[in-house]
Amino acid sequence: MEMETEFTQKPFQVDMGNLLAFNPFHNFPSLPTSRDELVKECIQEGTKLVQAIADSVFNLPSTEDADGPLVKLPTPTTKLPREKHLPKPKPPTKWEEFAKKKGITKRKKDKVLWDEQTGTWKRRFGYDRVNDDKDIPIIEAKMTDEPGVDPFAKRQDDKKKRVEKQEKNRLQNLKQAAKIGALPSHVQLAATALPITGTQAPPKKVTKDELGNVAGMAATSTASGGKFDRKLPGEKPAKKQGKHRKFLPVVEGSGIGSREKEQTENVLNKLISKHSHEILNVDKAVTMYNVKKEKKARNKRNREGKLSSARNKLKPKKQLHKKNGKKGPGSSKKGKAK
Amino acid sequence: MMKIKTPKKGRVKRELDKRAPKLVETGKKTLILQGTKTSGTLNSVLSEIYHLKKGGAVRFTRKNDNIRPFESGGETSLEFFSLKTDCSIFVYGSHSKKRPNNLVIGRMYDHHVYDLVEVGVENFKSIESFTYDKKIAPRVGSKPFIAFVGEGFENVDELKHLKEVLLDLLRGKVVENINLAGLDRAYVCTAISSNKVYLTHCALRLKKSGTVVPRMELVEVGPSMDLVVRRHRLPNEGLRKEAMKTAKDQPKKKVKNVSSDAIQGTIGKIYIPDQKVGEMALPNKAKGVKRERREAKNKDANEHASKKQKEESE
Repeated sequence: MEMETEFTQKPFQVDMGNLLAFNPFHNFPSLPTSRDELVKECIQEGTKLVQAIADSVFNLPSTEDADGPLVKLPTPTTKLPREKHLPKPKPPTKWEEFAKKKGITKRKKDKVLWDEQTGTWKRRFGYDRVNDDKDIPIIEAKMTDEPGVDPFAKRQDDKKKRVEKQEKNRLQNLKQAAKIGALPSHVQLAATALPITGTQAPPKKVTKDELGNVAGMAATSTASGGKFDRKLPGEKPAKKQGKHRKFLPVVEGSGIGSREKEQTENVLNKLISKHSHEILNVDKAVTMYNVKKEKKARNKRNREGKLSSARNKLKPKKQLHKKNGKKGPGSSKKGKAK
Repeated sequence: MMKIKTPKKGRVKRELDKRAPKLVETGKKTLILQGTKTSGTLNSVLSEIYHLKKGGAVRFTRKNDNIRPFESGGETSLEFFSLKTDCSIFVYGSHSKKRPNNLVIGRMYDHHVYDLVEVGVENFKSIESFTYDKKIAPRVGSKPFIAFVGEGFENVDELKHLKEVLLDLLRGKVVENINLAGLDRAYVCTAISSNKVYLTHCALRLKKSGTVVPRMELVEVGPSMDLVVRRHRLPNEGLRKEAMKTAKDQPKKKVKNVSSDAIQGTIGKIYIPDQKVGEMALPNKAKGVKRERREAKNKDANEHASKKQKEESE
């Protein structure tokens, strides 16, 4: 608010809303020599301005309060930039647009409703509500009902579908609001997955083991086999790939030193043995034969049940292998590949 | 695939609503931080500004190497901090040989840099160096008087900009009603030359005068410093126009259960639920209860005494 003060040639600009005063007509013709004098002159000028503001503020109509006189300040006149954008009004939702078009008005709903079944006033929604699904004892069968369909489960499914549809609609409304920048302040829309475009399949989540394998492969492909790579804090040493090869000591001796001697002895015995029972491991052979027989019986039973033509095609192939009998681990593997 | 995230706690929702853009804005919060190197004077300047703005300021004490307000890429950190602390004015202090005791005061619009003013601090006097009567010391958070003196603020572009920024910084909360007894501080800024401003903080002493208006007396209490304007960046026109937009005054919302009458004035309605007198709990100190308890105790004592006599007689 512009106000004339005692100095008629030099009006101050007073903004009461901000308790601000500005004197645009003062200038220092020559800077005072000492700092103290400068300070004193500044304070003097300041005092005049503050007095001018106080003059106008104290003359405003005031109301008495416990701590002192309360004054209602006018709106500030100096315009300052806002700190955030102006809030945009929420766009009408799809239902609101439809209702406006059709002329449907909102009706006030009661908090409690009369429940016929129990004869009490029950609330409209929430715990112990009026028309709860779980309170229905009997549902009468209609002509349009399919046999084998549980009507209670069907009611629950219908409700779930309705709720899902509502959630989808709500999401669509919020997306529309977000597009024009009018999303309510407490709501955030978070993307749970990247958008799928074209013929891409949704990206599969990589498991810890897979990542470990890939990291191991990358490490071993370096010149020094990944041994001297700088590791991140907390990274475990790489797992060994392949079979653990144990090299026995060359020096002869007792305990582990005599292992090599035992190994070569076993091989020689097998080669130069006179009796076949020393070569053949009877227990192992018997178990293998039994397992194979059980498997054959099982497959026969399955085939009789299913009658698939594909299996008939494989039949002659199977007869061939039967002739070989118990040869070793090789034959049983072939049998498995039916 | 989108998910709707809403806060599960009321406290979080209230905080988010506080930070939402409003039609009518109350004061801006200030963020005070420093750069790679600071000097002793600059440290005290920053801490004293923080004390002056105690209620609405956030002070960061670590050094931030990657903040260069006047360079195009150096503002991202500032914008991030502004977003996280919900501050729209920042004061960034740094010290170098080329720009000693440098303060960059800047404002944000929608958490992006709106404008900047760079000033150097000279002849700084801290609060401790002033002696004054402790009774008139201004209280924390009181609304200050602000006085600008000098034609430089009108003629020189940089000083005009500095005036606007200083007003925003020193203003505090925007309020409708104030208590006249609580006015106790004033900031005085004088333009000494075309690029120097003397800023000081004073306490008010109200003296009796003949009229309703008391006589003002300013006593220097707080920090005083010379600000030398070095660089400044004005906002671009489009952004400035958007930031200066105000909402048209909306009709006041109807307050429920309040009506006004020509004869009786303002009338309010209060709804009280029915009292169920039979079901109310009696207070502990009811006289009847005490007496009952006392009588019960005496009866017990008598029974015990009679029992003992019986035993003795037996």
